[in-house]
Parts: sequence; structure tokens; C-alpha cells
Amino acid sequence: MAEVDRVRTSELIAALAADPVPEKIRLGPRFAAAAAIGLVGALALYALFVGPRPDIAEAVRTVRFNLKFLDAAALALPLMLLFVRLARPDARPGALALWLLAPFLLLAAAVAVELAVIPRDQWLPRLVGQNWMYCATMIPMMAAPILAALIATMRLGAPQHPTLTGAIAGAASASLAALLYASHCPDDSPLFVAAWYPFATLICVGAGALAGRRFLRW
Amino acid sequence: MSAPSAPGPADDPWSKMMRAAMAGDEGAYRRLLMDIARRVRGMARAAFARARMGDADIEDAVQETLLAIHLKRHTWDPNQKLGPWVNAIARHKIVDAMRRKGARKVAPIEDFEEFLAAPEAEDPHALSDARKLMEQLTPRQREIVQSISLDGQSIAATAARLSMSEVAVRVALHRALKALGAAWRRSIA
Repeated sequence: MAEVDRVRTSELIAALAADPVPEKIRLGPRFAAAAAIGLVGALALYALFVGPRPDIAEAVRTVRFNLKFLDAAALALPLMLLFVRLARPDARPGALALWLLAPFLLLAAAVAVELAVIPRDQWLPRLVGQNWMYCATMIPMMAAPILAALIATMRLGAPQHPTLTGAIAGAASASLAALLYASHCPDDSPLFVAAWYPFATLICVGAGALAGRRFLRW
Repeated sequence: MSAPSAPGPADDPWSKMMRAAMAGDEGAYRRLLMDIARRVRGMARAAFARARMGDADIEDAVQETLLAIHLKRHTWDPNQKLGPWVNAIARHKIVDAMRRKGARKVAPIEDFEEFLAAPEAEDPHALSDARKLMEQLTPRQREIVQSISLDGQSIAATAARLSMSEVAVRVALHRALKALGAAWRRSIA
């Protein structure tokens, strides 16, 4: 019996050794290409269904408006780097996990300032904003092509935790989509941003986790 | 993506063998996989024993680890040592195999370095299930995989025996190995 098995494992090894060396796969460029393809899809959706807000020329001169982009970028960058790293089975998050705190600290500070400078009766209207439903649907919609491209490429990898890796892909795609959406959204208050952007991101995190569970097992 | 602490390629024996293998050295690859199989078998045996599970599926875990190493070898960073990467893959596959057998909680699995002295003992009662992985193949694919390995029969000899061109055998072999990976993913989906 043992003999049978011994032969089989060595058969497998012989077959693996005889398999021709494949063309070299470089993960970094593959992920860069995936992000580019996903962004093209997101931009197409932006052009079709979203578009910049009419008063964007004035908006770019306000701190609140620009802070939205800074925050989205501060979230997108470490998430993308972390995601790419997780393609390796022996990956450790390392210092990147700490970087992820930056956008939250930034947003918390902005919320604190906002609460200090605007009157109390303005808090609720600013928090609710004009179109949170729009925010919660447009961000996931534009994130979808990015998420799909990231998950498809991650199938080349060997992530130790497929569900978590998918969730991170969801968050990364949401933060990239938020970068686009911020130019459309008429609500600039950090109170709105702190409430609804994370809400939209969580939807994408959930979708990413499900996709990871389904597609990233190996 | 190399860590700053590892400026050049890792130069331990396994890393060197893997680099040679990826440059096309079949012999080095075979020796490396044999070596890895021995170590992973020790790892799996210890993990199964600790969970008080029979050792009928140890060889499955070993084979799945070898296949994953093969299909995912581009995820190894040549600037890092091969050992930790092999450990990570083996742990992943051993845990999977144990969960499949109904283990709820899997204790942490020790690195293969812990099993330096583990003898590659003949295992009298193992292995009735060890064919599963190979049985995922079509008869033709299975024939090719087995033929190539019979006493190291070469691609050329296999091609002659099956009246196929060498290229066709290589392509069929490559497809068969990828099919193994895909079948494995389906089985856990």
C-alpha cells in the first residue's frame, strides 16, 4: 500500500518537473495593469452616469472639497500596496497596516474642526447632506469594475486569507471610486464624508469579501 | 517588493535550487520537490497526529502542497528565502486537508524546520485515499502524467509511445497539471 502511494507522489513530482517552464509572471505589473483597466471602466461609468458637479471651478478652491480627495487617496494608496503584497502566501502586512490609520486620523481631525467651527444646528443637515443615497450607490457602481479586475488578477496569487484579501480589494476599489465620486458629490462637509463614504466603502468591502471567498481559494 | 534587509537573491540551498528550476533545470527541480515532499510529510504527520486524526490523508496534503508550489511559484520573491514561502503554502494546504476531514479547530502548525530529523518512514497503513488528486484527470492526461514518471521516462519516450509529438505531450502535461489545480478549486468551492 505504502508503495503505491510513494510511487504516486513521485509520479506527481516527475510530472511537475517535466512541465515546461512558463513565461515569467510578474505580479507587480499585472496588478498595475488590473488597476488601470478597472479605472478605465470606472471612468466610463463616471462619464456616463456621474460627471463633475456644476460648480467645480469654485469648489476646488475650498479646503473641504480638496480634503475629500486627500482622504480618499490616503486610503487608496496603502490599501493597494497591501493588497498586492497579500498575493504572496508568506506575506506580512508590516508597517503598511499602520499607514492605514492615516486616513482615519485625518478624517477624525477634520470632523473635530468642523464641529468646532459650525453652529450646532448645522450639524445634522451637514451630516445628512443632499444625496447620501447617491453616494451609497455611485461609489459601489464605479468600484465594481475595479474590484472585478483586482479579484481576477489576484487569482494568480496565493493569498493566505482569501476572504480578507477580497475585503481589502473591496475597500481599495471603493477608495479609488471615491476619488472620482468626490468631484461629483455636492456635500463637502467632513461630517457627511465621515458618515457616508465609509458606508459606501463597507458595501464594497462586503462584496469583496464574498468575491474573495468564492474566487480566491487555491 | 523585496525587503530592504535582503538586497540580493537568497543563497540557501533551496532558494538556489528553485532559481535553477525556474531557469529550466529539471533535475534540480525534481530534487527540490523530493526534498520538500519529505519535509512537508513530516509537518503533516505531526499536525494530523496532534489533532488525533488518522494519517490516511497525509499524502493528499503533501501532493496538494507540491502542486500548489508548482502552480504558484511565481509568487515566490527570489530575494527572500524559499523556506518560509514553502512553510506558508504547506500550512495552508495541511489546514485545508484537516478541515476537509472535519477538524474544527486546527492548532498552529510548526514549520518544517522542526522536522529536520523526521525520518521519511514507510507508512504501512496510509494512503488508501491518496489517489484522489490524480483521479481528477481524464484517462489520457493521467496516462501522460504517469508515463512521464515511469522510471523517469522522458517526454520524448512518452511521445513515441503514445504516438504524439513532443510539443503535444508537453502541452497536454501542462494542461493536465492546470486541470489538477482547477479540479482542486472546484472541490472546495
